[in-house]
Amino acid sequence: MSTERLTVRKTYKLYIGGAFPRSESGRSYVINDGQGGFLANASRASRKDVRDGVTAARKAFPGWSARTPYNRGQILYRVAEMLEGRRAQFVAELRDTGLGKNAATEEVDEAIDRWVWYAGWADKLAAVLGSANPVAGPFFNLSTPEPTGVVGVIAPDSPLLGLVSVIAPAIISGNTCVVVASEPAPLPAITLAEVLATSDLPGGVVNLLTGHRAELAPWLASHLDVNALDLAGASADLTVECERAAAENLKRVLRPAESDWTADPGLTRMKAFLETKTIWHPIGL
Amino acid sequence: MFEYAPAPESRDIVHIRPSYGLFIDGEFTDAKETIKTIDPATEEVLAEVGSAGPEEVDLAVRAARTAFETVWGPMPGRERAKYLYRIARIIQERSRELAVLESLDNGKPIRESRDVDLPLVAAHFFYYAGWADKLAHAGYGTKPLGVAGQVIPWNFPLLMLAWKIAPALATGNTVVLKPAETTPLTALVFADICRQADLPPGVVNIITGAGETGRLLVSHDGIDKVAFTGSTEVGRQIARSVAGTSKRLTLELGGKAANVVFDDAPLDQAVEGIVNGIFFNQGQVCCAGSRLLVQEPVAEEVLARLRTRMATLRVGDPLDKNTDIGAINSAVQLQRIRDLSEVGEQEGAERWAPPCELPEKGFWFPPTVFTGVSQAHRIAREEIFGPVLSVLTFRTPEEAIEKANNTPYGLSAGVWSEKGSRILWAAQRLRAGVVWANTFNTFDPASPFGGYQESGFGREGGRHGLEAYLEH
Amino acid sequence: MVPTFTLPQLPGVDQVGAEERAARLATRSIKTTAKAQAIDLAITMVDLTTLEGADTPGKVRALCAKAAHPGGDAPRVAAVCVYPDLVATAVRALHGTGIGVASVATAFPSGRAPLEAKLIDTRLAVEDGATEIDMVIDRGAFLSGDLQKVYDEIVAIKSECRQAHLKVILETGELVTYDNVRKASWLAMLAGADFIKTSTGKVSPAATLPVTLVMLEAVRDFRAEQGRQVGVKAAGGIRTAKDAIRYLVLVNETAGPDWLTPQWFRLGASSLLNDLLMQRQKLSTGAYSGPDYVTLD
Repeated sequence: MSTERLTVRKTYKLYIGGAFPRSESGRSYVINDGQGGFLANASRASRKDVRDGVTAARKAFPGWSARTPYNRGQILYRVAEMLEGRRAQFVAELRDTGLGKNAATEEVDEAIDRWVWYAGWADKLAAVLGSANPVAGPFFNLSTPEPTGVVGVIAPDSPLLGLVSVIAPAIISGNTCVVVASEPAPLPAITLAEVLATSDLPGGVVNLLTGHRAELAPWLASHLDVNALDLAGASADLTVECERAAAENLKRVLRPAESDWTADPGLTRMKAFLETKTIWHPIGL
Repeated sequence: MFEYAPAPESRDIVHIRPSYGLFIDGEFTDAKETIKTIDPATEEVLAEVGSAGPEEVDLAVRAARTAFETVWGPMPGRERAKYLYRIARIIQERSRELAVLESLDNGKPIRESRDVDLPLVAAHFFYYAGWADKLAHAGYGTKPLGVAGQVIPWNFPLLMLAWKIAPALATGNTVVLKPAETTPLTALVFADICRQADLPPGVVNIITGAGETGRLLVSHDGIDKVAFTGSTEVGRQIARSVAGTSKRLTLELGGKAANVVFDDAPLDQAVEGIVNGIFFNQGQVCCAGSRLLVQEPVAEEVLARLRTRMATLRVGDPLDKNTDIGAINSAVQLQRIRDLSEVGEQEGAERWAPPCELPEKGFWFPPTVFTGVSQAHRIAREEIFGPVLSVLTFRTPEEAIEKANNTPYGLSAGVWSEKGSRILWAAQRLRAGVVWANTFNTFDPASPFGGYQESGFGREGGRHGLEAYLEH
Repeated sequence: MVPTFTLPQLPGVDQVGAEERAARLATRSIKTTAKAQAIDLAITMVDLTTLEGADTPGKVRALCAKAAHPGGDAPRVAAVCVYPDLVATAVRALHGTGIGVASVATAFPSGRAPLEAKLIDTRLAVEDGATEIDMVIDRGAFLSGDLQKVYDEIVAIKSECRQAHLKVILETGELVTYDNVRKASWLAMLAGADFIKTSTGKVSPAATLPVTLVMLEAVRDFRAEQGRQVGVKAAGGIRTAKDAIRYLVLVNETAGPDWLTPQWFRLGASSLLNDLLMQRQKLSTGAYSGPDYVTLD
């Protein structure tokens, strides 16, 4: 008689500063599959985890933003290669959320391709968004895009494609981020974090939290060391609350919009988290 | 001694009416309430202007909406361009009149209003006129947002108007603009210029008033876009007020710029840059170089040169062509400058100003420098918005950058060195929207301007300046 | 023995900034009483100059007469400036007027002659009674980096000058950069120059406001550091009263009022004097004057 093998369940933790801690609060919440069955427990992050995430993101910012764009592009492309290697796992996780096989496969493929698309932007943004300005005087005058700093991201419910579509544009230009994953479907986010952790991406560039958006987002929105917010996954009420809180230190806020994550993303998300720096210098002997 | 005799610019070119209405839908209409605007150099009342209330703000927004939907939005870009070119030309033709009026209402020296403000105003309209029919090539789409509500400050009244109105109109938006409470007059002459240019009614509406009028405007449901230049505090309030709406927002707010002088700087030009950085427009400039960071080996020398130079600054009648420093714009602003300067002394910084006689009437503050300042002092952290310089020293380039960036603001920065690689190194690390290397307070319509962090967001000027007014 | 010379570390000059500053000072509006004062001051600072191949004793005597009797109650000029062979003529013509005689020397204007010839050139002019010697530096040596040679030559000429004041012409139009102008200014002052002078007038550009600004900064800094005051002479291309007044403003606001005397600031010019005189008449009568109301020489 054969005994059925007992599966080893995966513990889903947070991803902060390159490490995988549990929530400092010790809390977790139940994630169900598409049929309402138990899937896993996810960490339920607290405001202190938000704080730790921001600290890690800030710490990583100088180094990450100082990398050459080519290097950032290479690192992101390497992440895509590793995602490709985990295709099956992501497909399975998406199916757990209730997607059919084809839909899940398509979303994974789309997500990897999206990541590759953004990877290529690293060393092109300055050429496309910058400008040499013809001023009326003996001055060299150049405008270049620069990362704004730490971006707080409220990820949408599209658990993988939506997630990569908000992370990649934030970090490709040199920002670091603290991401609140989809509340009902956070597991692919943690799997993505495992990919990031084993890639060349420096710890702290992406910090992933799972938990209740309504609880976590306002802490990100009011944190004075956060420079920008992507509210992609915020509800209307949460958006208003976060936008108000973000006003305190004049965060750049990207409001949620009707998003078809499979559509061409354009430059909007990248531009939202870029500053334009203009440098003047006299031209003379 | 070679004493310069008074050389006053004539006021005759300016005809100030006793009172002005609101400019709505191409007509001046009397407002129910009025406010007075004064000459800050003499405290003499110049005119009475309307103070727009809820109904009047509503009328202006409706006029702008109608003009957007019926005339300006549908108009081909090349036709809009010609209106803007026309406006630019009229500004050039009336520039002396506008310069004198600006100096009267604002208190700034005629040398600046004549040689800086007005040429830049005309240039701004020329620049954006040319974009009106080339938007498809700019990379931000071609669809205007609709009606823009714009609120501008008193430090560069007409220039800020140009920065707001020119790109808005070039992109096909219509505007309701509120000039500052203390400096409404050149905006009202601009309204007249719009009529002179046969600009269709409602495309530009100018509503005067105080803060409440501004609040009514930015919170009005009928506008699609808010553009504000002013204090960070008001910027915050506006950002809160547009939360949850679909209004687009750009803010150009305060600053506490570091002007970093390395030991290999071209010292005489650096001293000029320091002077221009903090005393231009009485220091009432959001991008003023209000924190001088000077490397220790040259600190004494730079300060000695600076003091000598400051002693040549001529403070007084804004209309005198030789005046370098005019009047502070208002009693309120003067009080703020005085208060913060007193705090500077109380906190132990050493205050110095060259001997200079200040007129009895009007609002005046001498060019002032504080030495022995550290980052912990309030005068090193808070925007004074006056002719007050705080001097700090540093030992290494890294320390300079750390101190320069140690502020919630990030509008501008200066760096002075003869070494190219050091300039670029510093420029790369300074977290500011404008970095002036071996120059300061230079402006051009083709050059984007705007801040990092609490200095606001969005850029004005250049191709980048179109983005805030297009849907994309 | 000539001392070895080392140029101190000098801060660079940013061209755009220096030119902006000069241009801004040029917008000063000098009117009414200030203008009258400035015009008279400018007249007293003029080195009335004739430096033509066709100069003759007759021409020089006429110029001297003009220097001594500019017209009306106008003040006298500071000096008359001529070639070395006409120094004696000028000295005789100006006897008793208190007006100085300046002589260009050292193979003016090119300076391309052996040092011995330059020394003789200088000695003869001094012996003929020149009170001021306007020498030119060796720009070839300067531009090739041989600053020691330039320095040594100035020291040698200075010792030939004896009582006469030495003005060292930098010929800034050939030095091209403001950094070079600052360097050459310091070099000349360290070598003993009593004055530093912009130009020969034979090279374009001659005196400009920004070049003079840089030189005024140099004499200001030199005095602060070394304790010795050195004068500045702007020469070449200064033709109108308006130009002259701009130079005075520049002196006033750069080196300071200490330099606002003929002892410390000069304007090398020829046609300038008549424009100053015409503007002077305009101020006193209220009507514009014309060339027929001032003398030609």
